[in-house]
Amino acid sequence: MATAMILLPRTTIRAGDVVMIKAMISHPMETGFRRTDTGGEIPRNIIRQFSCRYAGEIVFSCNFHPAIAANPFLSFPVLAARSGPLEFVWRGDNGFLHREQAMLQVAAS
Amino acid sequence: MSRRFLPPFASETSRRAVLAGGMAAIGLVTLRPARAEPDDMVRAIREFTGGIEPRAGKVTLDIAPLVENGNAVSFEVLVDHPMRPDDHVREIALFTDKNPLPDVAVFRLTPHMGKAHVVCRMRLATTQHVTAVARLTDGSFWADRREVIVTIAACTEE
Repeated sequence: MATAMILLPRTTIRAGDVVMIKAMISHPMETGFRRTDTGGEIPRNIIRQFSCRYAGEIVFSCNFHPAIAANPFLSFPVLAARSGPLEFVWRGDNGFLHREQAMLQVAAS
Repeated sequence: MSRRFLPPFASETSRRAVLAGGMAAIGLVTLRPARAEPDDMVRAIREFTGGIEPRAGKVTLDIAPLVENGNAVSFEVLVDHPMRPDDHVREIALFTDKNPLPDVAVFRLTPHMGKAHVVCRMRLATTQHVTAVARLTDGSFWADRREVIVTIAACTEE
């Protein structure tokens, strides 16, 4: 089972703020270019896609290739509008699927 | 230590030699870019842009110039462009010229981000160039390229 971590800033967020979100997941990101001691190929096993939705709307997404480091870490901004859920989805080889949720609390201004 | 006791003309000569060598080196460096880019990265970038040559500017690729370990190299891409619904950065793609594959990642951005900014970590198999290319809503492409010196490689080692 993969473990994912979402980090939101601890400061008070107001509408119109650009908030940096951090998302990290445990995953080997096996490149498919490595070999075992006996010369056998180690098959590729990577996360291919990541997406983040804010109050149901897609905010940010990406496609990964084997060059992304193990335990993929991402940080990206979200323009705060109103309190709402942030939904994160990682999809990859061998049917890999992981979802995570966090609440973006936007203070009344 | 003993150098400073040398007669002035001797050190002057050696300085000239160094300068001449330096000028020659600069000559070599300026001649190189035409063939410095291995075809794979050029091809991958062309595929991403649909054949359009990206312009320099707007994009800042922030990555360490020298890393000890190529297994997890942090990078940051910032695009100096508004993120309005009608005019924003659509995608940012990363490419390398000496990894087994030139593609690294494609990030898709939306105006809901407020800013065109992405931080992530990549693998670098060896000392090489990393290029970040941004696609804007107006169809233009902008790029930044950095060389990263890697002392411990990634990707293919056991």
